[in-house]
Amino acid sequence: MALEVLKVGVVSCSGEAIPGGTVSRIACRKVLDERPGETVTICLPLFIAGGKEERDFASKYPTITVDGCEKRCAQRSTETLSGKPSKSLLVPEILKTHGIDPPTSLRNLRPEEKAATQVVAEEIARAVDEILEG
Amino acid sequence: MSGKANKVVVLPCSGIGKVYGAIARETTYELMERVRPGVVVTTCLPLLVIEDPDAKQLVTDNPVITIDGCPKSCAQKSVEAQGVKPARTYQAIGFYKAHKELKPAGIAELDENGRKLAALAADELAQVVDQLAGGGQE
Repeated sequence: MALEVLKVGVVSCSGEAIPGGTVSRIACRKVLDERPGETVTICLPLFIAGGKEERDFASKYPTITVDGCEKRCAQRSTETLSGKPSKSLLVPEILKTHGIDPPTSLRNLRPEEKAATQVVAEEIARAVDEILEG
Repeated sequence: MSGKANKVVVLPCSGIGKVYGAIARETTYELMERVRPGVVVTTCLPLLVIEDPDAKQLVTDNPVITIDGCPKSCAQKSVEAQGVKPARTYQAIGFYKAHKELKPAGIAELDENGRKLAALAADELAQVVDQLAGGGQE
């Protein structure tokens, strides 16, 4: 019998220094707020700053990493310090697929830039559905 | 790090779960963009988690201020994990305790109180930044 997946972990790169990090952060927060019973998150630096409980995150929950740039901090940190993610998303790839220009603002995203967060949130939500549906 | 510094690295909490993480981030942006542009810089905290060489160099070569959003103190600990002692460490909730008329709300986007609180905190940190940028006591 397959184990029932109750919640999906979402790990955002949260990168403070790049617009892609802001998009990742806002999109992940949106999904977490809209799917509170199905999603859970962890602050990425807790893989280092936390203890065993935090490092067990990816073994407790099937995990989606969402990165804002090609350095893929969320994916690499999760793989190295916690466990293999079920899915790894990259903001620039998602935006390119949808023909959306990457935002340039670190904060106070302009209205046209907010479309980017919506598209990324929808991709995350789709990935959540795929995992929950097995 | 020793000697005269020009840049000051401010590293906020990376959290997306609590309002004080957002306050930490907004305070950093206020310092970078309004209060001390050209002096205050930041980097992505997760880059330290993956031991990115450029990020590690940045915190090794310059004085670092960490602003954490919760007692787990990820920003401070991530810097310390690189063998670097932050010059100053702050908890964002301390900014609220000093200005209780500004109770913040919001995580993805701060409300008006949150933005005001972050701006005030950045103004109050300016003196510390100036001291550190001038090569003052760390």
